[in-house]
Amino acid sequence: MQLLTLMVVLLLLTMFGYRLGRSRALASASGNPRLLHSLPSYHGYYVALWCGLPAVFILAAWLALEPSILHGMIMASLPADLQGLSEERLALVYNEVRNVARYGHVPSLPAVGDAAQHYNNIRTTMFFSVAAASLALAVAALAYAHRRIHADLRARNRVEAAVKVFLVAASTMAIFTTIGIVMSLLFESLRFFQSVSLFDFLFGVQWSPQMAIRSDQVGSSGAFGAVPLFAGTLLISGIAMLVAVPLGLLSAIYMSEYAAPKFRAVVKPLLEVLAGIPTVVYGFFAALTVAPFIRDVGHQVGLTVASESALAAGLVMGIMIIPFVSSLSDDVINAVPQSLREGAYGLGATKSETIRQVVIPAALPGIVGGVLLAASRAIGETMIVVMAAGLAANLTANPLEAVTTVTTQIVTLLVGDQEFDSPKTLAAFALGLVLFTVTLALNVVALHIVNKYREKYD
Amino acid sequence: MVERTAVISPTQAAAGRLKQRYAAERRFKALGISAIALALGFLAMLLVTILGNGLTAFVQTNVRLDVTLDAETLGVDAVNPSADALGAANYGQVIKNAMYKAFPAVEGRAERRQLAALVSSGADVSLRKVLVANPGLLGTTQSIWLTADDDVDMAMKGHVSRQAGAEGNRLTDNQLAWLDQLEQRGDVAKKFNTALFTTGDSREPEQAGLWGAVVGSFFSLSITLLVCFPLGVATSVYLEEFAPKNRWTDLIEVNINNLAAVPSVVFGLLGLAIFLNFFGFPRSAPLVGGLVLALISLPTIIIAGRAAMKAVPPSIREAALGLGASKLQMVTDHVLPLSMPGILTGTILGMAHALGETAPLLMIGMVAFIVDIPASPLDPSAVLPVQVYLWADSPERAFVERTSAAIMVLLFFLAMMNVAAILLRKKFERRW
Repeated sequence: MQLLTLMVVLLLLTMFGYRLGRSRALASASGNPRLLHSLPSYHGYYVALWCGLPAVFILAAWLALEPSILHGMIMASLPADLQGLSEERLALVYNEVRNVARYGHVPSLPAVGDAAQHYNNIRTTMFFSVAAASLALAVAALAYAHRRIHADLRARNRVEAAVKVFLVAASTMAIFTTIGIVMSLLFESLRFFQSVSLFDFLFGVQWSPQMAIRSDQVGSSGAFGAVPLFAGTLLISGIAMLVAVPLGLLSAIYMSEYAAPKFRAVVKPLLEVLAGIPTVVYGFFAALTVAPFIRDVGHQVGLTVASESALAAGLVMGIMIIPFVSSLSDDVINAVPQSLREGAYGLGATKSETIRQVVIPAALPGIVGGVLLAASRAIGETMIVVMAAGLAANLTANPLEAVTTVTTQIVTLLVGDQEFDSPKTLAAFALGLVLFTVTLALNVVALHIVNKYREKYD
Repeated sequence: MVERTAVISPTQAAAGRLKQRYAAERRFKALGISAIALALGFLAMLLVTILGNGLTAFVQTNVRLDVTLDAETLGVDAVNPSADALGAANYGQVIKNAMYKAFPAVEGRAERRQLAALVSSGADVSLRKVLVANPGLLGTTQSIWLTADDDVDMAMKGHVSRQAGAEGNRLTDNQLAWLDQLEQRGDVAKKFNTALFTTGDSREPEQAGLWGAVVGSFFSLSITLLVCFPLGVATSVYLEEFAPKNRWTDLIEVNINNLAAVPSVVFGLLGLAIFLNFFGFPRSAPLVGGLVLALISLPTIIIAGRAAMKAVPPSIREAALGLGASKLQMVTDHVLPLSMPGILTGTILGMAHALGETAPLLMIGMVAFIVDIPASPLDPSAVLPVQVYLWADSPERAFVERTSAAIMVLLFFLAMMNVAAILLRKKFERRW
């Protein structure tokens, strides 16, 4: 709340700076804006930027540094017997101090209560000193910029330079996100591989991540062989592709080669609806309707079907991916030059013969690229498998059995109250790294193929 | 003379083959139609399942009871009780007494407990609201509609059979008999389910509501929009209007395209590692959810923004520059306003996608069971799709109905956003 007030005050000050800069610029040109180098509003922006930016930087730096400064100061002030604790216990104590201080929880130790008091004191003092510093800086910068305003000041160029810096900074956001993903996955995975060897993880066939909390418990080792997960992911995505590729491709062919424009205008958006439905809805549908249906049908025929069969999850995932396959294939089929079709018609081929023997072969690279993109979607899809696939890591190729996938395991490993440092939670990051690498590779290959194909007919 | 009857002429053979070829043509076409029909059939099946399961959730079975608001039972002063006392009074006992009065023949602890279980365990809250709003009712007997238990609700709506012992029916013979009596007296009715739209989550299906999740979604999406829109527009402006053609720009473009295809659950891992563990942001907060969703939607907005700016013809830019505008003035005064409909359409679609996103939010702890309505983006909160996930996991039959209703609400918001995007495009789209 205090922070919000401070920000509003700064905003008002900035707006005041804008008015001040504008009027001073006009005054310095004795009311005739044509004598100014830049429009009066640019002088206003110039002062406003000077006033706002340094203060915002100070605030941002404080927001980023506050937790670590607080952590250091509180840790130093804890009584000696608490400081002697192990690192993990100490982290728990600090967490409690924070909860007591911020949310008024009841402290379990008097020392924690004192520390919480101390925490709040430091926090308030720091906030007010930072607020005072940022306000003082804002006012000083405002005064400085205001003094510099004169008719020949190249205010527009200065302001535009600042805006351009912002534009460049914004565009690097994508790179920082990628770096952030790679770094966070890599660091946590490295910590995981300190306790589990990379070879065991990639080629082990036993997956049971349950780690015992006490060392004398049964099954305390925990096995992290991810092959059953990879196999399960491949099985479910394979089923999904078996559903999505024929249906998507055939509907794209019909849509681009046969359908009347009116039919197309109605049906195409309807198919796109399939892509717009949230995946959690598909997951609910799969678990509630499709899986029991398949199980019942299986029982009728005399097959044993697990109630969380890979078939149900794969089938529903396939439906979800149909629009990806169909719209991507639609694009590439439309990109095949008309002259190829006319050549085939001229030789007496029927429409379907033209499509099968001329259009599809010509569009094949693009279609393959589209299918690869869809496959990477299927592999990374999470909610459907979390809700409709099993949790037990079976190494099987039978679609009627329950299998688990990489994404399901990532979610189940991380949902719930876990200590963050156990191999169990870190395993999720290792799985995430595998997932990221595989989908990235698929995408790079697919985009390369699609682009290459586009160039061919451009 | 040559015997021609025995030899099939080339034209005849061709005619025969032609027939086959036309048949193949028809088969191929039918195949295409059936593929489309199958895909749309699945869509229809999905929607029908959701509607069939969820429509009844918008009404809720209520039971009418003659409740005696007796000061002694409530445990408050008969004259001028304080507001605090009224808030903490024993409404549960009042409702039980009313229930016993309605069925005086019922004796015995076990039976009476079964009887009281016909009414929701949260009915006392609604009774409290009545009395706190109108303290003058103290000491009087009022005929009040109270929420029924979810098992009663399911039986009344026909989702489970009214036969005792039927699959999913958790009511006893006695309870069913009492329910029949209440129905004959006209004391059971289905009323609009206001709890669904005004309360937060609950373990009791009949009290569980979506409002907390709607507010949480609103906070998350606001944060997403605030972060994503300026960054997205700035990036598209830079890449489309200013960026030199060099390897750095190529790198940025490749990055954006790849980010668009990274599985969303990986973004959840990023949020967990960076926002929660590194920066120490609160768990389950819409603030973190919004930031993660912003990273996910950023590529969508950038791609849409660039497409919209590319569509603005170069002549506009040249005219602006020719009249002495600086490059930035050309962008802010001409290119941006002209491409704004396209950018906004892309933004709305990106937001719609973010609204339905679930997996990354599970990673940052937004799956907690939260009853309170969040008051700020820093409070723990659920969001709509996560609420769907949580309810879908609950075993009670009544939650199947609520889940479907939550999905309908979610789909309604998505449909509204998509319609807004389409209208925007239709109204402002310009062909140069």
